[in-house]
Amino acid sequence: MNTNSNTYTVIYSIILVVIVAAVLAFAAMFLKPTQDANVKKDTIGQILTAATVQGEDILGTYQKEIEAAILVDMNGNKVGDLDIASCEVYDNAALKRQIAAEQKALPVYIFKNGITVVPCYGAGLWGPIWGYVGLEGDLKTIKAVCFGHKGETPGLGAKISDEPSFAEAFVGQQVGSGDILFEVAKPANRETEKNGVDAISGATITSQALGKTLNQWFGFYQNYLAKNVEPVNTVEE
Amino acid sequence: MSNIKETFLNPIFKGNPISVLVLGICSSLAVTVQLKGAFVMGLSVIIVTGISSLICSLLRNTIPNRIRIIVQLVVVAMMVILVDQVLKAYAYSVSKTLSVYIGLIITNCIVMGRIEAFALGNKPFASLMDGLGNGLGYAMILVIVAFFRELLGSGTLFGFQVIPQTVYDFGYMNNGLMILPPMALILLGCIIWVQRSIQKDLQEK
Repeated sequence: MNTNSNTYTVIYSIILVVIVAAVLAFAAMFLKPTQDANVKKDTIGQILTAATVQGEDILGTYQKEIEAAILVDMNGNKVGDLDIASCEVYDNAALKRQIAAEQKALPVYIFKNGITVVPCYGAGLWGPIWGYVGLEGDLKTIKAVCFGHKGETPGLGAKISDEPSFAEAFVGQQVGSGDILFEVAKPANRETEKNGVDAISGATITSQALGKTLNQWFGFYQNYLAKNVEPVNTVEE
Repeated sequence: MSNIKETFLNPIFKGNPISVLVLGICSSLAVTVQLKGAFVMGLSVIIVTGISSLICSLLRNTIPNRIRIIVQLVVVAMMVILVDQVLKAYAYSVSKTLSVYIGLIITNCIVMGRIEAFALGNKPFASLMDGLGNGLGYAMILVIVAFFRELLGSGTLFGFQVIPQTVYDFGYMNNGLMILPPMALILLGCIIWVQRSIQKDLQEK
């Protein structure tokens, strides 16, 4: 057979591509549930880090330590619940939807140790960045943070997630009020004193993006945080 | 049979893809900060080179000559995506550390190079062995570099602390430079140096 004829070449490539596509589609479908479970576990792991809760079994620890997982709107009113038994959390895709949504449903995770965790999600330099901020009982002071990113520059922007000293700098800082809720910049460029951390040198755009993201999301939660300083909706068990 | 054995063993030392052919340098610099990542990366490349070589060798008499590079690329891409998907499902934390580099195996010159140079002209079993051998040669260098980088850079191996605290108390410090990519290049240079001193026939006159 002439393997160099045009007809043969075209038919050969069509068959090859169809077979490869079928194999990949099958693999993707087959592995999807396991992959989704991993992503969820990873998200919950980040929430637990922000809540300063540790445990080997991530899902079990979450179920044990969480007090309430609720959804609130921009006015700070509760609009729904997240199912704790099935470890329902808002993943990045769900967080992204809330930014543009007219009627927002923003997740709040309240832990038994008194820490309230709120998420944030926004655009970094190369891809999305996100994070979880654990607030103390006054809903102002930051207890711990956990940031993540899709593809920030290793060694520079990637430090938001893998440089412990950057996360430590957030501890004890406060969410401000008014226009500027949080700043990521060097002290000389900051408007406020207690409401910010130093930017990462060499990663100006990632740092600015993180500051902007935090500001936006603290803005979303502003009313909720102001309203709930005295935890009034504590569920009695 | 000795020929097959030679095909398998040659790329591990004498014709090592990294230290002799100097292929696949980029990924060996990027994923050697920790042994675990290097190990998984090495394993992934072994699987990809082995099976892609096997598939291409099986197809070698049917592949139209004009689109052979494209066919090779499709086969390699399929293998890489499969490996990536499996890692995401069963080794999520490693897959997160390796991030884009698993996807970039596709651009690893070793894979395409061996298919083009060997698999298209040899029988399937020999091609499989050649692919596995080259993957193994690549993985070996990766693990050696990662061993030194993790040991000297973080004082750990596979994440376990191996340099005792007392040594730190005497003023020993982890070498921060080891964690940065340039040190991988320098270590790689040292490995090539060692190999060339042993294998005299590699030295240029």
